[in-house]
Amino acid sequence: MHSIEASNLRKTYPGGVRALDGLSFAVQAGAIFGLLGPNGAGKSTTVKILTTLSRADRGEARVGGLDVREAEHVRRLIGVVGQRPGLDPDATGRENLEMQAEIYGLVGRARRERVEELLDRLGLAHAAGRLAKTYSGGMQRRLDIALGLVHRPKVLFLDEPTTGLDPEVRVELWREIERLAGEEEMTILLTTHYLEEADRLASRLAIVDRGRVVAEGSPDELKRELRGDTIQVELVESANGDATAALSGVSGVSEVAVAGRLLRARVADGAAVIPLVITALERGGLPVASATIARPSLDDVYLRHAGRSFQQADTDTKEVAA
Amino acid sequence: MTPLRHTWQVALRYIRALLRQPAWVGISLTQPVIWLLLFGALFKRTAEIPGFSGDSYIEFLAPGVVVMLSLSSAWIGMGFIEDINRGTMDRLLVSPIWRGALNLGSVAQSVLSLAAQSLIVIGLSLADGAHFHNGIIGVAILIGVAALLGAVFASVSNGIAVMTRQRETLIGIVTMVTLPLTFLSTALMQESLLPGWVRWAAKFNPVNWAAEAGRSATGADVDWGLIATRTGFLALLLLASAAFATRAFNAYQRSA
Repeated sequence: MHSIEASNLRKTYPGGVRALDGLSFAVQAGAIFGLLGPNGAGKSTTVKILTTLSRADRGEARVGGLDVREAEHVRRLIGVVGQRPGLDPDATGRENLEMQAEIYGLVGRARRERVEELLDRLGLAHAAGRLAKTYSGGMQRRLDIALGLVHRPKVLFLDEPTTGLDPEVRVELWREIERLAGEEEMTILLTTHYLEEADRLASRLAIVDRGRVVAEGSPDELKRELRGDTIQVELVESANGDATAALSGVSGVSEVAVAGRLLRARVADGAAVIPLVITALERGGLPVASATIARPSLDDVYLRHAGRSFQQADTDTKEVAA
Repeated sequence: MTPLRHTWQVALRYIRALLRQPAWVGISLTQPVIWLLLFGALFKRTAEIPGFSGDSYIEFLAPGVVVMLSLSSAWIGMGFIEDINRGTMDRLLVSPIWRGALNLGSVAQSVLSLAAQSLIVIGLSLADGAHFHNGIIGVAILIGVAALLGAVFASVSNGIAVMTRQRETLIGIVTMVTLPLTFLSTALMQESLLPGWVRWAAKFNPVNWAAEAGRSATGADVDWGLIATRTGFLALLLLASAAFATRAFNAYQRSA
């Protein structure tokens, strides 16, 4: 059964900016699904539509089997941790959670117990009586997640949950999300523009570019699609054209790219090919300093499907926005 | 039941945040004192103008100041804009919270502040020798109409906040509107002393409705008919403005 279904969503903002251009995907109940893409790809617009904050111009969106236009019902099923902090900075952590619980109809003892449980689970119990504005970035994010979980949602939306956090805090939060996903029976839709985040958390993901899904599958499937490995060879001296020529005779090597002393190439089977590559290079008078084999990363997947590198896409959108 | 609980939760949130700012509490409790003393001194001799009826200007002024205080509710939308700029408003909008509670909770907070300020004005005026006829009932009606007016301004302010999401726009509108509305009314000056065109414009001014009703309720000759019609106008206006503030969220959803 699908917990989330988006089919052919289109949305153009006033001013003619096309945010979604026929975006479709479906999420199996209980899965963590990642929407991966650079800034401006349409991830947040998709989340806004699925969480009843915005409406699509065309297409259909269903959450928990319900059309999102039945907003009243959908809102009871979903938990949302938005990109911007949803907490009230002038209330304490506990007060924030108490208000959220009341909104969802949890009162009296049920409210008290749920609030304390969440404070405990997200490691906020020691700071429950402090105003949320005094919290660190990581603690605020955890409070936001707790707010999204108060009513035990069937579907949880995490929109860029770790953007703006320190790397250590990010890793800590990943662990948190993994644990929550295991404990609660939830479907999670995660949007991110961090490749590592999608790779680590999502069991399936869709790569979004310019308002459409350009590839979909498990992180491994997507990477496997690229077939083979990337090898990286560091030469003792820089050698541009010579290196490409030297490797032209080695079978199973393609996409050779040389930049100064660094050579990258795609190969079918890294372990088998690398000795041949080294021999060929040495024979061509190009001594090798080191050689490494890398499994394809989502970066490579993105490059292949979107036709530009991830960093490039991110910079492009920033320039458009500026 | 649920709408009431949601409204109370929203109100509680704003009230708590305000009480945690001692500076705000201090300023809003001092403001009515300053207004009363300042306007009282400035217009003291108005009572000597031929045509002014009544014993003292302060007795005339006190209901006017109470009504003027309710115009500060026009700033309440600033809180909404802050909530929108953070993600707090979005967090509430994806929840099943009753939409009306978002506006009414914030209105409730402003009405409570207003009531506290009004009591200070009334207490000070009494100390200064003013007489409020009709005792507690008169004072209650005065505070009631001022609260209605404050609720109207707060709702319109919230609606504009949601529609524009721009601090500057709201500041511009509030500054442009509140002062003329104050002076196109009998809040500070008796009707018989107003120029003809101001008297005419005042007929359509909600600030004047509240001033007339409040003053009549605390004055020597109560005009129940006038109080009832002015209160009715204000109540209708509140219904319309609260509906506007709540409907504004639909527009917000369309443009989000």
